[in-house]
Amino acid sequence: MSDTTGPDQITGATPDNALRNADRAEVQDGPMLAADGRPLKESLGRALRRQKMRALLLVAPLLLFVLLTFVVPIVSMLFRSVENQIVSDTLPGTVQAMADWDASTGDVPPEPVFQNLFFDLFDAAEAKEHTKLGTRLNYENTGLASLFRTSGRSMDDIGEIFQDAIEEVDPRFEEGAFWFAMMNGEGNSAVLADQRRRWEALTGDDMDGDIGFAPSQAIVDLLPQTARAYTRFAIWTAIEDEDVVAEEDPWEAFYAALALDLRDPATVSAIADYQGEGADALRALAAADLPDVSFKDAFAELDEDWLSPSVWETLSVYSASFTPGYFLNSVDRELTSDGVSLRPENERIYIKLFGRTLWMSMIITFSCILLGYPVAWLLANLPARTANVLMILVLLPFWTSLLVRTSAWKVLLQQQGVINELLVWLGFIDNANRLVLMNNSTGTIIAMTHILLPFMILPLYSVMKTVNPSYLRAAKSLGATNWTAFWRVYFPQSVPGIGAGSILVFILAIGYYITPEIVGGTDGVFISNRIAYHISRSLNWGLAAALGTILLVVVLILYWCYDQIVGIDNVKLG
Amino acid sequence: MKLTKTLLATTALGLTAAGAMAQEEMANDMTLVSWGGAYQASQVNAYAEPYKENNPEVTITWDESSNEAVAKLRAMNEAGSITWDVVDVVASDALRLCDEGLAMEIDPDEILAAAPDGTSAEDDFGDLLVGDCFIPQIVYSTTFGYRTDMVPEGVDAPDDICDVFDLETYPGMRALEKRPINNVEWALLCDGVAKEDVYDVLATEEGQQQALDKLATIKDSVIWWSAGADTPQLLADGEVFMGSTYNGRLFSAIVEQDQPIGMMWDAQVFDLDGWIIPEGLPEDRLNRALDFIMYATDTQRLADQAKYISYGPARLSSAPLVGQHAELGIDMAPHMPTDPENAKNTFLYNYEFWADYRDDIDAKFQSWLAQ
Repeated sequence: MSDTTGPDQITGATPDNALRNADRAEVQDGPMLAADGRPLKESLGRALRRQKMRALLLVAPLLLFVLLTFVVPIVSMLFRSVENQIVSDTLPGTVQAMADWDASTGDVPPEPVFQNLFFDLFDAAEAKEHTKLGTRLNYENTGLASLFRTSGRSMDDIGEIFQDAIEEVDPRFEEGAFWFAMMNGEGNSAVLADQRRRWEALTGDDMDGDIGFAPSQAIVDLLPQTARAYTRFAIWTAIEDEDVVAEEDPWEAFYAALALDLRDPATVSAIADYQGEGADALRALAAADLPDVSFKDAFAELDEDWLSPSVWETLSVYSASFTPGYFLNSVDRELTSDGVSLRPENERIYIKLFGRTLWMSMIITFSCILLGYPVAWLLANLPARTANVLMILVLLPFWTSLLVRTSAWKVLLQQQGVINELLVWLGFIDNANRLVLMNNSTGTIIAMTHILLPFMILPLYSVMKTVNPSYLRAAKSLGATNWTAFWRVYFPQSVPGIGAGSILVFILAIGYYITPEIVGGTDGVFISNRIAYHISRSLNWGLAAALGTILLVVVLILYWCYDQIVGIDNVKLG
Repeated sequence: MKLTKTLLATTALGLTAAGAMAQEEMANDMTLVSWGGAYQASQVNAYAEPYKENNPEVTITWDESSNEAVAKLRAMNEAGSITWDVVDVVASDALRLCDEGLAMEIDPDEILAAAPDGTSAEDDFGDLLVGDCFIPQIVYSTTFGYRTDMVPEGVDAPDDICDVFDLETYPGMRALEKRPINNVEWALLCDGVAKEDVYDVLATEEGQQQALDKLATIKDSVIWWSAGADTPQLLADGEVFMGSTYNGRLFSAIVEQDQPIGMMWDAQVFDLDGWIIPEGLPEDRLNRALDFIMYATDTQRLADQAKYISYGPARLSSAPLVGQHAELGIDMAPHMPTDPENAKNTFLYNYEFWADYRDDIDAKFQSWLAQ
């Protein structure tokens, strides 16, 4: 901002200047040498580098601190506004199976999707992750929270249909050891690694480590679904539960997987040639009549909402890892299978709140200028002793807790409060028609103007302090009226202070939360009150992050406009 | 006689519990999270101080963060460092924490003491065990209080929930909470919907609109509050004629501060408050938390809490032990929301319904408020 800083402007012995002189000298008479015989340029370059490193080291703690405590958390919070991995992490199979299905037909997806949903939900319920997904999707479609919560609990029931039938054919299937002997074998590491990744995506925990099991290649070829389901069971048992795989009771899920594998005629014929462990049991199963239950019907029986197209539309629209959904929600739009549409009128609120926040912040900034300018002028022009007393009066509220000041305004502004009582007593207003000064936008503007006033007065004051009084006297002696002298001479010199104060007040106001919450009622609240609600009450952090990002971008755009119109170089804090 | 027996039984229970836990390692520092104010004070007096007397090595730190416990626990969980040991939350928050995997699932019969007569904890708490993680403590209600000196002359004091919506007979401002829960139920009740149909109606778009339309008839006379302390303050200042808040707040305004406020009780909405244990505590801290919970939720301790605040104990077996206010010496039973005289017409917060519809109806409610 000042024009005497920067290395180029400093004359005299700085490493930068020396380096430049060395450059010039080199062109004229070859390399100039330093006292130790090295080229001066190299020697100076090293000194300069060392100096810059030292400077960097000096600021490094602060830089690291700002990075770690400010930039990283903010960026990671803002990142939530688009992040949506939870759907594909919790229901990987379902999402994959749904890829071929078109949600905009208004139908319910085909059977394979429901089969995948069963295995996905079974695992998710085992890891207690299904309710998280329900909560996430409930933001988009009311009712999904309880749909996932109750269905997750009932996945066992679907599996038991098959379990009972299979155990009837051969009771050995009741035993964990029998299953283990059948499934274990020459390791198929690809299946094992895949299922590990699947658990890791679901739980966020590390699933590496020895589990004492590997699916045999023969079984992977013969019964692919069963092998995958069993491998997941083995990983979970060994790593999360820290039990021995062979000793644990089998999960209901792989009876269902086995029954599904056996529905494939190719599998049935391949079993005839299979020679591994449990071959006779499998052959008996292949010959037996296993229940031909459709998973779609089984889900419909749990909750008929599973046949509702809107549930599947939501799942399909939000199956991508990244979603514009939160940003659309924050501008009163929603994502559907047909693209973006406006929300129903009775749910729109955010655009209105953004507009109100900006508009009221401008009013507050303007009232701060109106009230702060004369005070700052007085402070700058009164004799030091009086000015100091006044200064304390300005600073005292500045040092008082924000909550205390806002609560004090409550006492003053309410209908039975000090101001109304005084006006009634003086006879200005009728007792029955007391002024409504708070729980509306008036309350917010009054209280916030007062609270932010010091941020306007202090920069104004420090700028006015530097205005030379002889200019005003000169203007007057040249025949200017008081007004002309002020308007043409004094005011232009104080504009940088107004600029600095306005930026401070406006940007602070736009993000204000406590004061509007306490005195704002319904039409005096800001967008930040909604952000706070989504952070701490509804837990919709994605939406809160999107609203926050928009607010940040709006502030940056306004700042840029301000720079274009007023010029940021014209801002002075002193 | 009964009291001695109970005392003996609880002491014996305490001893066996202490004996069983003695072999396990227990942390000596414990952070409890609660709501602050009179409620936390009642917990300090009824649970924490006696617990510290029995276990002098324990230091208890209180954190008044229950209001944003769900968000903070989620943040702690993501940061991988849980600093709280036992957290006091309302049942709906407990349900959400459970859904999010942030609260530990519990087996009531295993970690909670049986009643003195041998009734299992599960039966003693009964229906109040909402969800899989929640350990109930008290029953409180959200109900209306009104300024007795602002009742118009020649009119009976309001005793019907629909008097709130009757601006002609009872002119004046109302204070309602700035969220749909409870307000929309009351609105439907007073718009001719039968009590048992309220949630079926609310599940439909038309029903939600009907509730908002009913609220719209008094919208201009409402101050919307967001902190439980607002309504007693507004009533005390004469800013509103009637307002909803938690019954314990009204109790302290009426009995302890002697304000001219009357209780309405009609269509009061019962809700529960209790403990949860955060998921992922290290072994020694978990043992301490469990030890504390076992003690703090036994029959006598829950009954003791009612000496300090007018919330009903969550155990059936505690009800007969509810005595007198610790300082004022008045009988507490008539001030309990569960007292038969007060509980003629009540409503129970529907956790399942609001877990699903909270965000949806709240969006509509806020949009309606902003119009």
